[in-house]
Amino acid sequence: MLTLLILFPLFALVAILAGAPARPTAAAAASANLLLAVAAAVTWHHPAWEFSLQVLETPAIHLAFGFPDGMSVVMVLLTALVTLPAVLTGTAPAGRGSLWYGSTLLISAGAMGAFAATDLFFFYAFHELALIPTFIMIGLLGRGNRSEAAWKITIYLGLGSIVLLAGLVWLAMLAGTLDMTRMADAAGHIDAGSQTSIAALLILGFGTLVSLFPFHSWAAPAYASAPAPVAMLHAGVLKKFGLYGLLRVAMPMVPEGMQAWLTPLLVLLLGNILWCGWVTISHKRLDGMLGSSSVMHMGYLFLAIAVLAAHPANDLARPAAVLLMFAHGVSIALLFALADRIERTAGTLDLDDLGGLATPAPVLALLFGIGAMASIGLPGLANFAGEILVFLSAFRNFDPASGIGPLQITCILAIWGVVISAVYMLRALRRIFHGPTFGATARVADLTLAERIPALLLVAALLAVGLYPNLILNLLR
Amino acid sequence: MNQAWILLFLPLAVAAASLLLPRRTALVPWLATASAAATLVLSLHLVGSTGTASFDWASVGGLHLRVGILLDRLSTGMMVVVTGVGVLVHVFSLAYMRDDAAKARYFTCLQLFMFSMTGIVLASDFIMTFIFWELVGLSSYLLIGHWFEKTSAADAAKKAFLCNRVGDFGFLTGILLLWSITGTLAFSSMDVPTSVSASLVTASLLCIFCGAIGKSAQLPLHVWLPDAMEGPTPVSALIHAATMVAAGVYMLFRLQLSLGAEVFGGLAGDVIAWTGGLTALAAALMAVQQDDIKRVLAYSTLSQLGYMVMAVGLAAGEAGMFHLFTHAWFKALLFLGAGAVIHACHHEQDIWKLGGLMRRMPVTGATFLAGCAALIAVPFTSGFFSKELILDAARGHQPVLFWIAVAVAVLTPFYMTRLVIVAFFGGSRSDAASHAREVGPLMAVPLLVLAVPALIAGNRIAHGFAPAVPERAGEFHLNSLFWISVAALVAGSGAAILLYRGKSRDPLSIPLLRERFYIDRFYDRFIVRHLQDSAAAIVHFLDEWIINGLLVDGCSRAAASFGGLLRRMQSGHLQGHAFAFGLGVLLVIYFTVFF
Repeated sequence: MLTLLILFPLFALVAILAGAPARPTAAAAASANLLLAVAAAVTWHHPAWEFSLQVLETPAIHLAFGFPDGMSVVMVLLTALVTLPAVLTGTAPAGRGSLWYGSTLLISAGAMGAFAATDLFFFYAFHELALIPTFIMIGLLGRGNRSEAAWKITIYLGLGSIVLLAGLVWLAMLAGTLDMTRMADAAGHIDAGSQTSIAALLILGFGTLVSLFPFHSWAAPAYASAPAPVAMLHAGVLKKFGLYGLLRVAMPMVPEGMQAWLTPLLVLLLGNILWCGWVTISHKRLDGMLGSSSVMHMGYLFLAIAVLAAHPANDLARPAAVLLMFAHGVSIALLFALADRIERTAGTLDLDDLGGLATPAPVLALLFGIGAMASIGLPGLANFAGEILVFLSAFRNFDPASGIGPLQITCILAIWGVVISAVYMLRALRRIFHGPTFGATARVADLTLAERIPALLLVAALLAVGLYPNLILNLLR
Repeated sequence: MNQAWILLFLPLAVAAASLLLPRRTALVPWLATASAAATLVLSLHLVGSTGTASFDWASVGGLHLRVGILLDRLSTGMMVVVTGVGVLVHVFSLAYMRDDAAKARYFTCLQLFMFSMTGIVLASDFIMTFIFWELVGLSSYLLIGHWFEKTSAADAAKKAFLCNRVGDFGFLTGILLLWSITGTLAFSSMDVPTSVSASLVTASLLCIFCGAIGKSAQLPLHVWLPDAMEGPTPVSALIHAATMVAAGVYMLFRLQLSLGAEVFGGLAGDVIAWTGGLTALAAALMAVQQDDIKRVLAYSTLSQLGYMVMAVGLAAGEAGMFHLFTHAWFKALLFLGAGAVIHACHHEQDIWKLGGLMRRMPVTGATFLAGCAALIAVPFTSGFFSKELILDAARGHQPVLFWIAVAVAVLTPFYMTRLVIVAFFGGSRSDAASHAREVGPLMAVPLLVLAVPALIAGNRIAHGFAPAVPERAGEFHLNSLFWISVAALVAGSGAAILLYRGKSRDPLSIPLLRERFYIDRFYDRFIVRHLQDSAAAIVHFLDEWIINGLLVDGCSRAAASFGGLLRRMQSGHLQGHAFAFGLGVLLVIYFTVFF
């Protein structure tokens, strides 16, 4: 059953290449996937979802998919939830329909496969598969300085992937298997020295993929140049692969190694939140600002990982991280989708050239406002629940009799991030939507009914999970 | 209990329905007003009931974050204030916002506010307080920015949100600390174990107090409240005078009830009391030189909130809450009166361009005088009884603070008498004022209704509805405190009468006060422009040139030459490169694992 989630987009891709109308085909596949993912979220315990096919004898590589725990379910759900709006948002340049929609589907299929794979080989390979169309789309159909941005993200993520690969291969050789569940069982035998080295490779590799400070400078230009569906899918979904990997591979398999790198991790995550947060404040264009803000928000997720590294038995950090990944994915996808719409109608994303858009386009303003509020952690929207649980997790193992430790200090400094994100998000709202209209901004048309659907889908998810986080948390029990 | 849940969720349901209604401009105002009236009935019905109920909102591992309702005297009494002022503000707004194109949005936001405020009041759990705390911040942001096309309104909304966020940084930190100290987030079971060091408890209380500093606009985060007057005036009455800004005091008192007043002794209590006292004094001084009718009232609100905060810091939270109760009625009355004036005078807010309104608007004028009497603590009005209790608490604990409070009691009648004389007496000083006519019944009735509690809410007959009543509330003694209060009142009012009678220009000019001690300017120029914007630009520059330029481009140049090699081998396009790269990686994995 799970294979269908990967096959639907691939079939649609083949159909598009064979001449089927690109947009309807892609939308049909994405809709089918969304229904299937929702069904999976309800019935994921059922063994019918699992699939395994041995593709190689030595070493034993299986094309195997399954839901080892709720984390995979949530990630698959996130992928499906972002893919449909990504397909529906924006329009391909004339004559490039098959490349545009085909790449979107391929990224989605790759992400789906990576999150559903239970075999280390395919876990890695599917992510690589999704990266290729990402690079191509930015390089060929991107905006602005696209070729430089495409080069940068290719080199960065390529190097990150190679470092990661080294770590994974080392780990697989020590564990003697590629089956991720069995790897975790075998991991207890790995000696501390190897654990430390492997953890370093994994943190560097996965970290680069998630724009861990100081390996973050690919993100803002890449998202600014990327076509909307790619920015939505990469920032919203694919980037989470690195975090997913740290939680799925690094934490259970090299816990002592992760613990050894706790202090550097704490410093780097503050780099994400505070340093990149300040960088975000000074961005003058909305696309760069959103890209930079998504770098900043990764810091909260690394905080959850740092908590787990320090206290592997912490019962809050893991579900908190998964919930926050989901929330961030949905909210950043919404913001990128609407930013693209603003650029298409107002002709610019320069904050100085925009203003007063809420008057001609109230629905656009409302939906963007919801996305912005989600992103700054307003209660009632999903991101807040994730953030507050991450903060609580940092104080979960804190003994008040022993005084405040580095984890708590880092957490308190990280909370300052909620002020920083309010500064840049409210400034963007103020500059784009409020104040008097001038020039072209007065003629911006509001969202049509068809344009509202993808945005409303994402808003509904943010609201549902924000109002009742147990919707997601119950999957992670 | 079911009624309490309805009380909480009805406004949310109405707000949500308002977003979806067709023909919303006609329906939403009446729907919202009906909802506000229903919540008032429910609140009155709940007075005196107690109990708790909650459900799991987010459960993770062994932690259950709960959303729940705690009914006790404090919460039910506060609900009477919130819904009582709320319904009158809704009715007043029906007339005030009649011609506003976006009145559906306005009433939707008002309902969102009612929901959020109810949540803070009924919260049984600290996380729930925080959730609704942020939501009132949102509704306040939306309502201040109701006329967002106006640059000043849009800026004021943003400023309010950001000031609150700064306070919430501390608030959240404090909640986390308190959670680790007490092991719980529920108000009903909070207890500070003796093993915890006093300094950690103090630190957590002070962090939590930061939240109150933001929401209740205490020094040094007070700057947003005067600017918030950019919002429609009924909003100022409800949110920025009677209810939301008092949430900080309410939250501190709730904490005082759960943890015990003795925890607030020592440094934490001192800091809270002094912050309140200094805010009361500084704001009263600034009010003396304001010319905008709403801004005078805004600074007066700051000053009265300072009184309440000071009372909580002096471990006399009941007195603070009692003042909150009386203040809500008379300050809402004053703001709605100001709204009536502004409405009648075509949005003229400068008191020096008003004048002579008492004759033209007798109902507004008389009710405004009633509110003013309560605010300046004329004996036997509501404000008199509650202010006495605060002065009394200060005298027992901190003599210096007591004299600061007395100074505020002199300044309050001074600036209020100035306001009344200049705006309501003498001759009209503009066309707008000379053509003013009394407002219609939808606006006059709320004023008349509010005048009643403004005058009598301090007396015993109203105590049943008050969220907290100190032991000696409503008593009257001819003691030294009484004579000090009367002397302060006479001195303040007398000086203002002498100084301002018959004047058409302000005879006083104190730039330091007019410029509000230059605090706003300092924030704008130094904190925002230099500390934040310049620093952010520097960080961005370093990020671009050091991290990206040297570290990364160095690596990428090395990689690019490798890429160049590939490019020559392949088609020379990015596409080809990417495919080669992907294939290569797959091959590398395959061979590493295979051999």
